[in-house]
Amino acid sequence: MKIKEIKEILNAEVITDFSNENTDIKYGFASDLMSDALALVKSDSLLITGLNNSQVIRTAEMLDMSTVLFVRGKRPCPDVVSLALENQVTILSTEYTMFKACSLLAINGMEGIEADD
Amino acid sequence: MTDKLLIRYSYNIAANDFIAAGKGSSSIKNTLKSMGIDASTIRRIAIISYEAEINLVIHSYGGMLHCDLYENKIDIITEDKGPGIENIDLALTEGYSTATESVRELGFGAGMGLPNMKKYSDDFDIASSREGTFIKITVLLQEV
Repeated sequence: MKIKEIKEILNAEVITDFSNENTDIKYGFASDLMSDALALVKSDSLLITGLNNSQVIRTAEMLDMSTVLFVRGKRPCPDVVSLALENQVTILSTEYTMFKACSLLAINGMEGIEADD
Repeated sequence: MTDKLLIRYSYNIAANDFIAAGKGSSSIKNTLKSMGIDASTIRRIAIISYEAEINLVIHSYGGMLHCDLYENKIDIITEDKGPGIENIDLALTEGYSTATESVRELGFGAGMGLPNMKKYSDDFDIASSREGTFIKITVLLQEV
């Protein structure tokens, strides 16, 4: 799924943008626990979280993830934005709750990650 | 000899410094990238190093994070000043955590740190006493 589609589906605001027409996101992973993300996530995934601190960006950085989505209208603090700019991580923010955001993405074709992959 | 240490990168990690947490691992990751090591190996090392660094911040009184580069492997090593892990077997169980509520609110302390480090390693050594914890995690480098 392209960033443009994610943006449209979730009516999301783009806070930082390093995407291009080739940026393709296959999986979604939703959690406020960064260690769960570190245990399971693949690089071509969207990290969906309600956690708003710099460790979210650090986690994306370690996992080579291109994009983070903040749910429930959370807007990242300046230090989070600056870390995302430094590490070229795209940040999206949507007013939808986590479950609603995940549902909309799933309906439109985004896949989840299997725990035993 | 393939087991000769080529270079060591070391980072001083302060207890409870959640702002700086991850800087050491970020630096390790960028250094390995500049050396042309393959992306999947770097990713494994980055995850191990980041979990190890976060553990130092959350659980220790402070310590050192080292990245030792050999010809055929990389060791991530942490040495801290205590207070030690009471039960290592329990600490290695997925989901077991002694982290405080405030740490959990930051997105950590889910009890996946040590299990994650072990999961992504080729070799995992841990020793702990009240004086401190020593962890050495080895990732073998792929033949190019």
